[in-house]
Amino acid sequence: MKATVYVTIKENVLDPQGNAVQGSLHTMGFEEVGKVRIGKYMELQLDTNDRAKAEERVKAMCEKLLANTVIEDYRFELEG
Amino acid sequence: MKFAVLVFPGSNCDIDMLKAVEDVVRQPVDYVWHTATDLSDYDAILVPGGFSYGDYLRCGAIARFAPVMAEVRKAAEKGKFILGVCNGFQILTEAGLLPGALIRNNSLKFRCHPVDLRVENAGTAFTNDYEKGEVVRIPIAHGEGNFYCDDETLARLKANNQIVFRYAGENPNGSVDNIAGICNEAGNVVGMMPHPERAVSDLLGSADGARMFKSALQAFVSQAASAR
Repeated sequence: MKATVYVTIKENVLDPQGNAVQGSLHTMGFEEVGKVRIGKYMELQLDTNDRAKAEERVKAMCEKLLANTVIEDYRFELEG
Repeated sequence: MKFAVLVFPGSNCDIDMLKAVEDVVRQPVDYVWHTATDLSDYDAILVPGGFSYGDYLRCGAIARFAPVMAEVRKAAEKGKFILGVCNGFQILTEAGLLPGALIRNNSLKFRCHPVDLRVENAGTAFTNDYEKGEVVRIPIAHGEGNFYCDDETLARLKANNQIVFRYAGENPNGSVDNIAGICNEAGNVVGMMPHPERAVSDLLGSADGARMFKSALQAFVSQAASAR
């Protein structure tokens, strides 16, 4: 089974990288760009076929290590 | 008084930290590898700066699960003195021993220069040699020193007098309320972005950081005296 994890900076937390990329896109002429938020994308290969178990385990991984919930939100998808 | 300087793969301020203890307070001090499982011999634990585990994922995120960190937690609960500097501060927040988090500097630049700090709490184990309100000069060297916490946490930090240092001049990283260093509720765990171990002699540009090490020794001596 494969887990795809997305970690993003919380809405109310400053994202200096996102702001810099937004500024650069504007300079390049992409004026239609509103807010830019930069996050992380992770692919985890899981040695299990038990979806419920995988759900629980990946959530624990996110809470403990993959995201810092003081500043980040996370979501994940399971496939396979 | 016995000091430990923790060493993770990627720590790079560990030697400065150890030399600062040796030169300033002349007390026994050991490097302690991240795999250590017993810190009971030590009275103070110093978590130095650097880029532990390459700062992969997030600064301090992986170091926080090193075996030695369970011992640091125990030591914190026992009231032993713990100081995290720079990456050490990031590790202590990731470990939940201090509130908040350190995010990317708002300038996106690595800032490496001396800063003026206002001592906001001169009652901690590491700041009792200073006066409240005093301005000291200690260098910073970080790319991710932008302290963030939510409003509720900030109100709690203020109410409990947990803000130890604020940037007195320009805020170099965008940190909430100009915070440069904080402590836990008990005051025995302190974390800060500036590097006191790099400011222990006038030859280094400032000796203001030396007093943090003197503070720890003084706190230890008075603790031992009151226990007697």
